Amino acid sequence: MASEFAVELREVVKKFITPEGNELAAVDNVTMQIKQGEFFSMLGSSGCGKTTSLRMIAGFEWPTEGEVFIDGEPQGHKPPFLRPVNTVFQNYALFQHMTVAENIAFGLEMEKVEKKEIERRVGEALDMVKLSGMGRRKPKQLSGGQQQRIALARALVKRPKVLLLDEPLGALDLKLRKEMQLELKSLQQEVGITFIYVTHDQEEALTMSDRIAVMSLGKVRQMGTAVEIYERPTSRFVADFIGESNFLDGKVKSIKGDQAVVKIEAWGEDLAGIVTSKVKVGDDVSVSIRPEKVRLTDKQGIKENSLEGTVMTSTYIGSDTHVYLDIRGLKFKVWEQNRISTLDPRAYYTNGQKVWVAILPENTLVLPRE
Amino acid sequence: MLKRLRENKSAQGTLLVVPTLIFMVGLLIIPLLLTLVISFGQRSSDGNVIYSFSFANYIRLIGYSTDCASGAKICFDPLYAQIMWRSLALGFNTTALVIILAYPLAYFIARAHPKRRNTYLFLVLIPLWTNFVIRVYAWMMLLRQEGVINNILEFFAGLLHIPFTPLNMLYTPGAVLVGMVYEFLPFMILPIYTSLEKIDNSLYEAAADLGANSIRTLLRITLPLSMPGIVAGTILVFIPVMGTFIVSDILGGRQVVLVGNLIQRQFLDARDPTFGSAASLVLMVLTLIVTYFYTRKFGFGEEIVAA
Repeated sequence: MASEFAVELREVVKKFITPEGNELAAVDNVTMQIKQGEFFSMLGSSGCGKTTSLRMIAGFEWPTEGEVFIDGEPQGHKPPFLRPVNTVFQNYALFQHMTVAENIAFGLEMEKVEKKEIERRVGEALDMVKLSGMGRRKPKQLSGGQQQRIALARALVKRPKVLLLDEPLGALDLKLRKEMQLELKSLQQEVGITFIYVTHDQEEALTMSDRIAVMSLGKVRQMGTAVEIYERPTSRFVADFIGESNFLDGKVKSIKGDQAVVKIEAWGEDLAGIVTSKVKVGDDVSVSIRPEKVRLTDKQGIKENSLEGTVMTSTYIGSDTHVYLDIRGLKFKVWEQNRISTLDPRAYYTNGQKVWVAILPENTLVLPRE
Repeated sequence: MLKRLRENKSAQGTLLVVPTLIFMVGLLIIPLLLTLVISFGQRSSDGNVIYSFSFANYIRLIGYSTDCASGAKICFDPLYAQIMWRSLALGFNTTALVIILAYPLAYFIARAHPKRRNTYLFLVLIPLWTNFVIRVYAWMMLLRQEGVINNILEFFAGLLHIPFTPLNMLYTPGAVLVGMVYEFLPFMILPIYTSLEKIDNSLYEAAADLGANSIRTLLRITLPLSMPGIVAGTILVFIPVMGTFIVSDILGGRQVVLVGNLIQRQFLDARDPTFGSAASLVLMVLTLIVTYFYTRKFGFGEEIVAA
């Protein structure tokens, strides 16, 4: 462990020429530090630069500007086969002309590991991914989930400093994906290798990661733990991308510490909330309120920011009821947990019903408008 | 009737096969049987076939003859065995050379930008627009004593003040080999290209990621995954090379006689269809044996499909 960071991207830019001949920065000045032994996710929709960033760490692409460090060492234009990292590919990229065992042994043969040792480590790797006894089969004879495990075993058997995973669960069905998420997480803790995980699935990222980088248009929008990203987004983009939010436009009236008071123009009402990024008095801001952090009551609450609204529609989804309100002409959504098991329709909401909404300052985030 | 046919899948299949079946039986199986029958016959003095059951033609092919110049009763001349051997060797050499030349080109096309691939394939196919025989004659123009190659060499020799004697290239085994390689190259490029093009780029990346440099990737990943193309190309090249007589006729003259030439001359010049038939069958069996062992070792290339 020469360096505190397993991987570091320093002001990395990657430009491509589009088919129309324009220059496009797929990765635009990204700086990231990934700690040793961390489960780190890059999260974003397609085209946000997450896969390109991963490919630059693997060595399939070289940065146009900036530098990639692995274990403190600058990688420059080093080819993939000289880097101490291994990749689990989205389509698994298994060698169909080889057996499962031969696939896993391939990387060790390239390292010129002794034959006996290869056999032992391939056996271990198969045990690790719970596929012992499958070594002689061809990859095509296995299910998608099993193929995924082979890809994992093939990369991990090399004992890389960092394991790179490019949407490895994307092709699996939901149930299998959830199982594999937990398995991957416990596997990572077991082997203690740094995992860098690329995904567009926010739930996947929140479930597994120690830290997440939310990316958009080639830039890192926010980096932090799942809790930080969800509870304290620093931009409207992140608040919108992760989970759901009600957004209200307003103007900052006053700031005291990390508390701000914002005038909501459409309501003519002041809301108090938490400031997570740089805003000043007089700024136009977006106020974000998560729908599950709002309580509905039949009477006006005594707390500040109690507003009356009318139920437009409500949807029963089992664990929750999604209630869509009209509050003084603005749409506002509230997720109410169904805490009591009952068939009584009065326990749920009917269209046109008047309700009171209690918005607490600690659940109200003041974000710069974009 | 029609309704029953609509419901019966296997009858539909049979019906679809019938035209080809008639064609194959009428124009392949029956003629082949005729050839077999004729090969056991004898040539009459006026060039007709006397039907009999004699192995004389096959014995003659091995090299034993009763018509000896020395006056002996039986004598041995391995002339025909040499021709067989020469054809086999040329078949192997041509196929090997064609693979070596075709593979890098097919790889280049398969890895080129998708937009340019079709252009390159088009260029590969352009020579096939010209008649086979004309293309062989073109090589004659290049290779002969006053041909293009000798003229160019003479010009440079003149520039450097080196005494020049024209190279003797036409009517040599080398000329036949060059002609064969040229004629059959596209038939190797296309199947190899097809199998290389199927290999997903991520497989090359995975190999590199696991520590393989480009040579090891070629030997362990690219070559095995493109074997189906090489096998298909080999079958497309080796079998016709064994039987063609035009290339050796034009570029080899009387110097390079192959089985194809032997058969042609027996039917046309010597007017001995019985010996020609025997030679044809021996050629076919030889080719079948080689192809059999080859495909048994490498398969017909159907089982490996790149991910």
